[in-house]
Amino acid sequence: MNINWPVLSVVTFLPLFGALLVMLLARGNGPLAKGTARWVAMWTTLVTFAISLVMVWRFDTASPEFQFVEKHPWLGIASYHMGVDGISLPFVILTTALMPICILASWTVIQKRVKEYMIAFLVLETLMIGTFSALDLVLFYLFFEGGLIPMFLIIGVWGGPRRVYASFKFFLYTLLGSVLMLLAIMAMYWDAGTTDIPALLQHGFPLGLQKWAWLAFFASFAVKLPMWPVHTWLPDAHVEAPTAGSVVLAAILLKMGGYGFLRFSLPMFPSASHDFAPLIFTLSVVAIIYTSLVALMQEDVKKLIAYSSVAHMGFVTMGIFALTPQGVAGGIFQMISHGIVSGALFLCVGVVYDRMHTREIAFYGGLVNRMPLFAAVFMVFTLANVGLPGTSGFVGEFLSLIGTFKVNNAVATIATLGVILSAAYALWLYRKMIFGTLKPALAGIKDIGLREILIFTPLVALTILFGVAPKPVLDMSAASVAQLLDNYKHAIAAAPTPEKVVTSGAVTKMERAEMIPVSAAR
Amino acid sequence: MIQSMQLQGYLPILPEIVLAVGAMLMLMVGVGVHQSERSAMIVNGFCIAVLALATAVVVWLPAGRTELFGGSFVVDEYARFLKLLALAGSGGALMLSLDWLTSEHQQKFEYGVLFLLSTLGMLLLISANDLIALYLGLEMMSLPLYVVAASNRDNVRSTEAGLKYFVLGALSSGMLLYGASLIYGFTGTVNFAGIAKASGQGANIGLIFGLVFMFVGFCFKISAVPFHMWTPDVYEGAPTPVTAFFAAAPKVAGVAIFVRATTVAFPGITHEWQQIVVFVSIASMALGAFAAIGQRNIKRLMAYSSIGHMGFALVGLASGTAEGVQGVLVYMAIYVAMTLGVFAAILSMRRDGKFVETIGDLAGLARTHPTMAFFLAMLLFSLAGIPPLAGFFAKFYVFLAAIKAGLYMLAVIGVLSSVVGAFYYLTIVKIMYFDEPVEGFQPMPGLLRLVLGISGLINILFFAYPAPLVGAATVAAKSLF
Repeated sequence: MNINWPVLSVVTFLPLFGALLVMLLARGNGPLAKGTARWVAMWTTLVTFAISLVMVWRFDTASPEFQFVEKHPWLGIASYHMGVDGISLPFVILTTALMPICILASWTVIQKRVKEYMIAFLVLETLMIGTFSALDLVLFYLFFEGGLIPMFLIIGVWGGPRRVYASFKFFLYTLLGSVLMLLAIMAMYWDAGTTDIPALLQHGFPLGLQKWAWLAFFASFAVKLPMWPVHTWLPDAHVEAPTAGSVVLAAILLKMGGYGFLRFSLPMFPSASHDFAPLIFTLSVVAIIYTSLVALMQEDVKKLIAYSSVAHMGFVTMGIFALTPQGVAGGIFQMISHGIVSGALFLCVGVVYDRMHTREIAFYGGLVNRMPLFAAVFMVFTLANVGLPGTSGFVGEFLSLIGTFKVNNAVATIATLGVILSAAYALWLYRKMIFGTLKPALAGIKDIGLREILIFTPLVALTILFGVAPKPVLDMSAASVAQLLDNYKHAIAAAPTPEKVVTSGAVTKMERAEMIPVSAAR
Repeated sequence: MIQSMQLQGYLPILPEIVLAVGAMLMLMVGVGVHQSERSAMIVNGFCIAVLALATAVVVWLPAGRTELFGGSFVVDEYARFLKLLALAGSGGALMLSLDWLTSEHQQKFEYGVLFLLSTLGMLLLISANDLIALYLGLEMMSLPLYVVAASNRDNVRSTEAGLKYFVLGALSSGMLLYGASLIYGFTGTVNFAGIAKASGQGANIGLIFGLVFMFVGFCFKISAVPFHMWTPDVYEGAPTPVTAFFAAAPKVAGVAIFVRATTVAFPGITHEWQQIVVFVSIASMALGAFAAIGQRNIKRLMAYSSIGHMGFALVGLASGTAEGVQGVLVYMAIYVAMTLGVFAAILSMRRDGKFVETIGDLAGLARTHPTMAFFLAMLLFSLAGIPPLAGFFAKFYVFLAAIKAGLYMLAVIGVLSSVVGAFYYLTIVKIMYFDEPVEGFQPMPGLLRLVLGISGLINILFFAYPAPLVGAATVAAKSLF
């Protein structure tokens, strides 16, 4: 990594700079200002994506270390510390790759307050990239929570009829979970004396603190992910958000929860993770089965996809907390795949919504007669959502199921039933909308145009590419995942037995020193 | 030679002297010149200059700790930090006033002079190091406040606000004085250090009684629950720029003496006063969060908001450590910046020459006045404590201290009430951004633009370079311990 310019900071803050440019260049409300705002946003996101590819190119997949690291003094107790490893880089790339698509998807749909819209999305991109690449807890929290402001405005200003309710629910739910995490961050600071993530990864926290901090982090990530039963904000937010907002929400914001589990809960509180794994398994299985059943009952396309998101996130948490190499790798892959597929599904909904202005499933039928291209695209993503072999959805689900099977047969078996349910609702949706006789109201509907083809081409290509050749993504995270599990095993092996915990409220210095994973002292 | 040496000794009190002399001078000029709104406005403008001069003197004075008048007046880093803050709060509020006074035909030179005198009281209060100086400073600060609250003489609500504030304020002053006399009776000294020595021998029932009565007075001044009842009425009734003044500078001075008195004079009975502060803090945060939800008048809403914010600031004091005091200082600095900005926006809510005060009047502001709406929205998010805005760091430091002190319950209740509080700030943002616009406001006067812009930029950009404020607060907090 002999790059001598701060590539990660450039990628993170370039969108913010773009937002400033939009603010300065797009004056007034005329068509010229709208065009300027769109083009500046487009170029900013494209350049950001291009620069983020430099990181892929220079990334050393053999090393589990943090790369492209930058560190500057900032708050005194916290520092501006940025860097990516094999777990966070895929998410950074996912973010930068999807943003130009989001901008393109909003090109003609968004006609009111275009300038503010683009600014909100660009600011959001900075905050999302920052969340995945922050190597300091306070900095992470800053990016993590900061994203609420633009997303609140995106849902509330450009959303549907119940946008106020949805935006408030989204904001307050997420905030409620996160403030508890903030307190845990503070407690961790006083225990370890630092908020630096690499340093905290090597710090053994006492068991009592581990439990409480794990629960506090869980409160935040479970809401964000979202896990059953705190998922109820998601369907509302998805239904009301504009198409691009739904895409960002499903594809990237939800992944922050999964990323948080991988970055904080597992490596920093290994004993607590071990103890709470059954809780996660239970919630995941309930989510997979229950939300799939709920999805079967939906009359709104977006709501159906939203519930299917919750079910798919159930596979992610299950895989991650199986704590086997396959499970964790499957969890990460599932998140990336779901990012592409669910984002694409929401874009598909956007296509028909833009034309007919309704998302009611019963309204559609026989679309294949008028929109053959769209039917084909929608089919690819529906099948990927089901997890058909050959699509990216299969790899993630398969790996997380295998990984879980090794640990807990029952959980894996029940979760597999969820795959069948997902086939049921996804194929039912496809049949209702695409096949059958063409509804009279749809007689004039047009197939997807050049702009939409441009949007879907990369997504279709990636879905199939990752389905047949998942190696690039798996390789990227392999070293980091291996180290994560290695450290976890050592920490569990070194952890004091339960009797010892009961007798000693405070774990002694020596015991804590033992808890520090041996291989962590690299 | 000897005389000049003696004068040199009085150097630390120079800011107060500047304010006192300035106030007298302005009073004489005001009486002497031709009585007109224009000349009154010029006098008020000069009052801002006097505040600026006092600020410059505070900055210019050499660092370090000095005691004057037999130890009843102390200048240390803590005092310096808070004096700058109080001066900034007063100056900002006076700047916000000028335009309002002109448009309401209330331009009177006494207005600025009263601001100066009240600010003088604040500076004395911040530097107070014994019970007598404390009481003198407190009354010096409060008396002009009662008068300015009623400064709109022909307005029933303003007069009522002034009277209400005066009666309740006098009551609380009496309580405080009673507490002070009890403490003097049981320790035999009025000096903070002496009280600390006496109270170091352990809690004694008379001392605790005195402490409780003094806390009543402090809580009244900073409008903490359960002595907050006057706040919504006075905030609503007083002329809006006066409300802005009440919300910023006197709160700074009140918190300053609250923190200094408890940490310097009563370190021996920390456990005893900690319980009270924890209760007051929880009650203020919860009441501020829940009671503000139903408010439609933005001044009343800001009153409940300020009650809540005092609760958050007291979280830092409750921890009773240097980190806690640092948190309080950071909190107050950011609070003053946010409050002045919000009031600059409230003072711009003027339609057809009339001021409007309900939050519904802000509907669609994002389209009629996008810049103002943007800054106000950022300030509201900041008040709610959402990162990366300054208000987040304010809450961060106080809760950091509370966690270190093991006050987990307080911290959890605190962050939860901040979530409830976020709801009503979001409601205002919703009205500005999501609702259909109503008729726009009159263009914003330049001075208000300046205050809103500065305050908004401080709030938005604070995260980029937090070191100066946090560093200064650390040094200031250390000077107390």
